[in-house]
Amino acid sequence: MTDNGNPRTLFEKVWSAHTVRDQSEDSPAVLYIDLHLVHEVTSPQAFSMLRDRGLMVRRPDLTIGTMDHSTPTTPRNEQGIIPVADAMAAKQLDTFTRNCGDFGIPMYALGDEHQGIVHVIGPEKGLTQPGMTIVCGDSHTSTHGAFGALAFGIGTSEVGHVLATQTLLQNKPKTMAVNVEGKLEEGVTAKDIILAIIARIGIGGGTGHVFEYRGEAIRGLGMEGRMTVCNMSIEGGARAGMVAPDDTTFEYISGREHAPSGADWEAALAKWRRLPTDDEAEYDQEISLRAEELIPMITYGTNPGMGMPITAAVPAPDDESDYNKKTALDKALAYMDLQPGQKLLGKPIDVVFIGSCTNSRISDLRQAAKFIEGRQVAESVRMMVVPGSQQVKRQAESEGLDAVFRAAGAEWREAGCSMCIAMNGDQLAPGQYAVSTSNRNFEGRQGKGGRTFLASPLTAAASAVAGVVSDPRAML
Amino acid sequence: MEKLKQIQGTIVAIPVNDIDTDQIIPARFLKVTDKNGLGKAAFCDWRYLEDGATPNPDFILNNPAYAGASVLIAGNNFGCGSSREHAPWALIGAGFKAVISTEFADIFRNNALKNGLLPVIVDEETQQQLFSLADEDPDTSVSVDVEAQRLTLPDGRQIQFPLDGFSKYCLLNGADQLGYLLNLDAEVRDFEARNPQRVETTA
Ligand code: SF4
Repeated sequence: MTDNGNPRTLFEKVWSAHTVRDQSEDSPAVLYIDLHLVHEVTSPQAFSMLRDRGLMVRRPDLTIGTMDHSTPTTPRNEQGIIPVADAMAAKQLDTFTRNCGDFGIPMYALGDEHQGIVHVIGPEKGLTQPGMTIVCGDSHTSTHGAFGALAFGIGTSEVGHVLATQTLLQNKPKTMAVNVEGKLEEGVTAKDIILAIIARIGIGGGTGHVFEYRGEAIRGLGMEGRMTVCNMSIEGGARAGMVAPDDTTFEYISGREHAPSGADWEAALAKWRRLPTDDEAEYDQEISLRAEELIPMITYGTNPGMGMPITAAVPAPDDESDYNKKTALDKALAYMDLQPGQKLLGKPIDVVFIGSCTNSRISDLRQAAKFIEGRQVAESVRMMVVPGSQQVKRQAESEGLDAVFRAAGAEWREAGCSMCIAMNGDQLAPGQYAVSTSNRNFEGRQGKGGRTFLASPLTAAASAVAGVVSDPRAML
Repeated sequence: MEKLKQIQGTIVAIPVNDIDTDQIIPARFLKVTDKNGLGKAAFCDWRYLEDGATPNPDFILNNPAYAGASVLIAGNNFGCGSSREHAPWALIGAGFKAVISTEFADIFRNNALKNGLLPVIVDEETQQQLFSLADEDPDTSVSVDVEAQRLTLPDGRQIQFPLDGFSKYCLLNGADQLGYLLNLDAEVRDFEARNPQRVETTA
């Protein structure tokens, strides 16, 4: 699909199909939004703004809400209700219920059979489709780019703009091709790919860009692996990451609740097949990695760019010539209480968290469960497994994965963001070390004073069993 | 949003790279349903000792000499991480009108501009000079002219900074962007008529 014979990238095709008004000297482009996801934390002030100005939600039929961030993941009581102990969280959840009700937005409340992390439920309900524009007041909206959608996080003012007008003012970003050629070795996963990319380009490396992940190793991932990769685009500084849709994508979408069917399906397929980047199209930047050179990755510092192969040693600030980078590394190692040159392999840990919009889908849980089956979580470790949605939870339970985790001594929880953001009471104690499958290792992210090593579900499971940071390849 | 034309104020520096929004305002403060009162949560985990109540004497914002500073000088890539608009709300609540750095994360910059907090991008040399000035003399003051997109240092040196025309118009006139979008209703209807919707959440 070329435009006047000009080859275009996937991003450019989706962008231009959604511009209500082009960018000019005086104003950014006005972009039409196909799907708006809302959650309880970043929306209340936007709804208040609508009320103050007497505005309606323009397209409640393109909007969907779910509770995820401040929701408890503790077990249901005898009445089947998940109790909310925190008064502020309860007020925020009530406000969200009222806002969605008053403005006619469909919403999944805490404990509802469809409730879950916003970036898990969009794809699983078939709402996330190729070629769409998708936004949410949440930076990990980039997850949905795995389907060849242009999906990015926005602030609360912008949530208000989209609620009121279904459009958004945006300056056109640049594009960066991220090529991952070759095949992954056993024990190396999608999470390791994205951690390696971020370690390479740094946490600000993609600022102002949209990534397009390409190459054999990306094509070889299932949809859930692609979501893991796109999820962490923001950790590389990019607001969005995309993967061109292919048969893997179509197969995943087919038959889901909101997927097109019959003649509509055929028409959609024909459109979707025209989305991939044209052969001659150019990107503003390009980087390449070889998949077979990758091994399991782990972070050692306080931002996701501070990552390394799991067998490597923590870098030394003194080896860093850039003064700013040296001080940042000094500060990170002080917070993490790690020494330059120290290996993380064998480092005792306190907590293992399997969950978050990066790694809480059924394939993540299957992978971890398969590893854990017949083994025991070390005495010294608390292991939490938090499915990304109620649907994932039910699926896992129907496969007996919950029993596997429980038998190994892990906690099996209700769905939500949980210890990824530590808003709901699931958190690290000061000084504790955790291996987490989530996406952020910022200071205090998993609880004030807590220390996070980001890694894949396999690495997390291996570390839970050993009680120390472990390379899963040695134990497969 | 109030009009923002000039900023004149003293500076304070946090010379740390990649300050993420979890540091600007930790997630546990996001359970609010309004925007007010977040100033005291700004940099909370750096500002207070482990008990969460005793001010950390080593943290610069607790130094009385810098009380009243309205311009924050920060390390590279300020505001990375989450999309929480609570970050600019907290900084504004803590008295800041501008942040100066070499680079800002995209979402933070958008959020800041929509709330009248000015992100000023300078080169690394200027950033380092400002770090030193702030360190040497807490009374160092700078001025910013939004219209001219110009930062003036105490020695009179003037530095141009980038600012897109639309954001500048909104800052100077106190205009909010929603008004602009609401005026495009006819164009949006036209777009919708040409492009059938992809999904229907209410179905
Ligand atoms: S799981 Fe974590 S990163 Fe994902 S939406 Fe929830 S809080 Fe954000």
